[in-house]
Amino acid sequence: MAKHHIHAQINGDDVEYLCETEETLLDVLRDTLHLTGSKEGCASGDCGACSVMLDGRLVCSCLVLGCEMHGRTVETIEGMAQGETLHPLQQRFLEHAALQCGICTPGVLVASKALLERNNDPTETEVRYWLAGNLCRCTGYDKIVTAVMDTAAAMRKG
Amino acid sequence: MRYEAPDSVEGAVALLAGARGDARVLAGGTDLLVQMRADILDPELIVDIKKISETRTITEEKGGWRIGAAVTGAELKEHTKLKKAWPGVVEAANLIGSTQVQGRATLGGNLCNGSPAADSVPALIAAGAVATLAGPQGRRDLPVEDVMLGPRKLALQKGEIVVSFLLPPKHPRSSDAYLRFIPRTEMDIAVVGAGVSLTVDGGGVITAARVGLGAVAARVLLVTEAAQAIIGSRLDEAAQGRLEAAARAVCRPIDDKRGTVDFRVDVAAVLTRRAALIALDRARAN
Amino acid sequence: MADTATNGHAQSFVGTRTIRPDGVDKVTGRARFGADFNLPGQLIGRVLRSPHPHARIVSIDTSKAEALPGVKAVITRDDFADQPSEFIPAGEMMMNYKDVVRNVMAREKALYEGHAVAAVAATSTAIARRALKLIDVKYEVLPHVIDAVAAMQPGAPLLHDDLFTAGVEPKPDKPSNVAKRIEIKLGDLEAGFKAADLVIEREFKTAPVHQGYIEPHAALASVSEDGTTELWCTTQGHFIVRAHCARLLGLDMGKVRVTATEIGGGFGGKTVVYLEPLAIALSRKAKRPVKMVMSREEVFKASGPTSGATVRVKMGVKKDGKFVAAFAELKYQAGAFQGSPVQPGVFCAFAPYDIENVHVIGYDVVSNRPKVAAYRAPGAPISEYAVESVVDEIAKKLDIDPVDLRLQNAAHEGTKAAYGPKFGPIGLEETLNAIKKTEHWNAPLRKWQGRGVASGFWFNIGGETCASLTVNEDGTVSLVAGTPDIGGLRASLTAVAADELGVPYDKVRPIIGDTGSIGFNFLTGGSRSAFSGSMAIVEAAKQIKSELCARACKLWEAKPEQVEFSGGAVRPLGALAEKVKPMTIADFAKVAGKTGGPIGGVGRINAQGAGPSFGTHMVDLEVDPETGRATILRYTVAQDAGRALHPAYVEGQYQGGAVQGIGWALNEEYIYGEDGKLQNAGFLDYRMPVASDVPMIDTVLVEVANPKHPYGVRGVGETPIVPPLGAIANAMEQATGIRFTELPMSPPRVLKALKEKGLRKA
Repeated sequence: MAKHHIHAQINGDDVEYLCETEETLLDVLRDTLHLTGSKEGCASGDCGACSVMLDGRLVCSCLVLGCEMHGRTVETIEGMAQGETLHPLQQRFLEHAALQCGICTPGVLVASKALLERNNDPTETEVRYWLAGNLCRCTGYDKIVTAVMDTAAAMRKG
Repeated sequence: MRYEAPDSVEGAVALLAGARGDARVLAGGTDLLVQMRADILDPELIVDIKKISETRTITEEKGGWRIGAAVTGAELKEHTKLKKAWPGVVEAANLIGSTQVQGRATLGGNLCNGSPAADSVPALIAAGAVATLAGPQGRRDLPVEDVMLGPRKLALQKGEIVVSFLLPPKHPRSSDAYLRFIPRTEMDIAVVGAGVSLTVDGGGVITAARVGLGAVAARVLLVTEAAQAIIGSRLDEAAQGRLEAAARAVCRPIDDKRGTVDFRVDVAAVLTRRAALIALDRARAN
Repeated sequence: MADTATNGHAQSFVGTRTIRPDGVDKVTGRARFGADFNLPGQLIGRVLRSPHPHARIVSIDTSKAEALPGVKAVITRDDFADQPSEFIPAGEMMMNYKDVVRNVMAREKALYEGHAVAAVAATSTAIARRALKLIDVKYEVLPHVIDAVAAMQPGAPLLHDDLFTAGVEPKPDKPSNVAKRIEIKLGDLEAGFKAADLVIEREFKTAPVHQGYIEPHAALASVSEDGTTELWCTTQGHFIVRAHCARLLGLDMGKVRVTATEIGGGFGGKTVVYLEPLAIALSRKAKRPVKMVMSREEVFKASGPTSGATVRVKMGVKKDGKFVAAFAELKYQAGAFQGSPVQPGVFCAFAPYDIENVHVIGYDVVSNRPKVAAYRAPGAPISEYAVESVVDEIAKKLDIDPVDLRLQNAAHEGTKAAYGPKFGPIGLEETLNAIKKTEHWNAPLRKWQGRGVASGFWFNIGGETCASLTVNEDGTVSLVAGTPDIGGLRASLTAVAADELGVPYDKVRPIIGDTGSIGFNFLTGGSRSAFSGSMAIVEAAKQIKSELCARACKLWEAKPEQVEFSGGAVRPLGALAEKVKPMTIADFAKVAGKTGGPIGGVGRINAQGAGPSFGTHMVDLEVDPETGRATILRYTVAQDAGRALHPAYVEGQYQGGAVQGIGWALNEEYIYGEDGKLQNAGFLDYRMPVASDVPMIDTVLVEVANPKHPYGVRGVGETPIVPPLGAIANAMEQATGIRFTELPMSPPRVLKALKEKGLRKA
């Protein structure tokens, strides 16, 4: 079976790759395109460490096939900072120590960015339920939630 | 493993009907990809239906709503009018998995995965949803409660797919609700799922009701006895008691890593009552 | 908040909330964790695992797998030399390599479902997976046993016919599943119970729980033709990995260079080897690099969770609240090979209390499940769940406030712990008093809500540590530490180095050196990395300061007493100060070559004087009486850090450990079928807390300085997981009136108990 030849847009760049049918978008990102920022924690959509934006929608890249990506746009953690300028979420995560080991952090950041783009004034409960699909074993979520809400407040101030 | 993405229902049906080995439909992929990775499934052919526009639209039809089988939970949530008309169906679809999963999971996939614990199915059944199937012999309609026959057993023939769901027209003083029990607050498979849809008259008396119960039997149940228990009442305590008893009576659950038989029966009663009360509040507010 | 000694050092960055030096890479996805490393030409390795919990391995035929195009190497037990049974030190651990080699690759028997039986390296994952299916293993299935108590019964299936219970007299002549019996004694227990006004005895049961790190195990090995081995792996201790791999594969340690990648969580579970020896063996055979990553299912089935256990506690108390007698018997599952954390469980059980008469017995019991690995304060959460539950029951029966009861009996400086040592200054009372001062303590509760309190502790360790500081030609400082950074260590060490040398924080750049770049470091565990690492940095800085003073004396033709190092420079004193100007580190760096050569220091220590960290937790929860579901409403942690080098990362340890405890108490457990197979080997049904399950975790940083550390530091990482189980069980008791003696307190269990007591209606 010949591989699929896919043209997609990833983090604003036109990208071309080959993949087998059974390869997920996560496999393609990590192993073919060498974008290892998205992580595999479970390969079953239960941990969110592989979170990316697909055509503006927050998804687990382990639950999307690489061959579905023709003509689609993907945003990963690697595209979050603008040149040398960190996204406000990235900056505040550092200031609030909202990460310890850091393995869940790319997924949490992508998911949090998706939230703030939809709702710039979330309550603590809304943040927690939105991020329920992003497992963190180190922080107990406290500083993550604080960092997200603090970023929302700062972004509202403009 | 072949991957095809037809842009018509006929194309999808032809591919599935003509497949020699195992062929699977891909909508959201939130069940299929997990099962492939776990070596439970090894299909020869994957038919991606998301390019078929009929499976991806939400349209008003004859006073009701036609929802494409491959519309995602997140898209349902963003559809203000649908959410207002059928809050129970929409909230049920948005309890499947996480925010990420809701970005992909579909009503069609949730039903056709064939799990009696599927979150959207009790709500669809309570709503009186009808599935439109398309196959080599043409199209046919099937009430949702008749699609899933048992765990991983569907009433679909070879080559048949679910194209869309039709929610019936709603009476102005009606609404629905879905509740599920899970041990955490998110992310778990339902241990019990209860969907209730009801209509009240001007005096607040329930004139029509439908109850769907999930994860308490080999298929998702339409519990007519539970509906009868509350029709003609204002859902007073006695009616609630009858409702709970009817829910209990119909449960035939299993002991598994998610819950015991006793637990499921007890909680089925509690959730059915609570869902009915929420549906009643919503119906009265309409 | 913090009100105790700073041990005389001028603070500048220590104690502040600096940005961690490795932070930008972590928030941009640039940081490279175990599975993010790749080498050109690498093969993918995968492991064939036993489907049976207990079976004799009769034969393994790998010929078909070897013949599959794309397969470059296959290994089995035949590729590992057997190891004799003896306990050998690997750093501070005593390892029995006979067990290690068998856990890494099964030999005579498969002893748990998931036990590695063979491994392949192939040119793609798909080919590797296909190759595994072509390996023909003939098993003779044997009866299995999972539960510790069941494994102790006569007639239980026997795992090892050469395991004889240690610690019993007379020495047994029949093998057993009980690997050892240990006990500690203090005073006269019988007399203590005789003197008691109230005696409470309870038995508790816990299930195995997994550390739950989000990053699966990963290793990448590359072996040259002359045996030189490079290994990248996600580990808490790369020197220990080197020791194990060298031993198992017959390599010189000097030929093995292990790089610890960034690590995505460990909590003790990554202090042992699983894939590393396999990857090296495959690479050696295939003559190409081999990369291996575990799937989530493999992590649950084949890496060590902690013990499930049965614990019996009996305590005697005077009616005024004074504890006079304490007994406990602990039976811990070790998994397939001996080595459960029953000993620390025994030691920690009553350690928060000053009790004259104590007797604790522990049993280490093997059973057909993965060999347990350390999980954050190994053994202590289990025993202290039991003890703190009984203490709570005592408080209720005597109508004494649960915090006051603990204060009355609290261990303090000078208390002799039942496991031996006398405590130096400790902060238990401070944490108890801190809890009482919170707003949380006085918040009102409604029906079906309950508040629980529990205390706990962990000894903490020091251990062998090397760290270096090098001054670069431009005056910046390179720091090399040797303990993997699992959660902010580099920030703390950088702050210490910056303060010691008087240079700005961002002029110090830390790395975790590989085993070829720095001397031996024991692993990151025992809450030791900040404690020991900072001590080693202080030592390294001392050397630099002393060296620079010597160079200044030469340059200024001065005597030692005429110069001193302070505020980042060597300063002339007295009259000399009119002749010469101070020289900063950067000034010395510019003339390093001319004044003696490169400037640096290496701290090589065996850190002693680790001080225990005590903590007290308070939790409010609400139970839905119709479903048994508990919701955590509010949570406060008060814990003694000695001195918080970086307050935010100390708070983070408190919060993370508390939430792990919440999961352990309410929902996490390994669920085995009658067939001995794990039913919930994934994040869907192994239910760890998600963000919406928990509230904010409030923290109170208590600081009772550890006099044996230059900054007063105590390790803090492990204590936070010790009190939650007891605190939550105690809150459940207040909310429902039911004492739960089995964990987890999952909804089906709670609802069943409520029904039995006729309490179901809201």
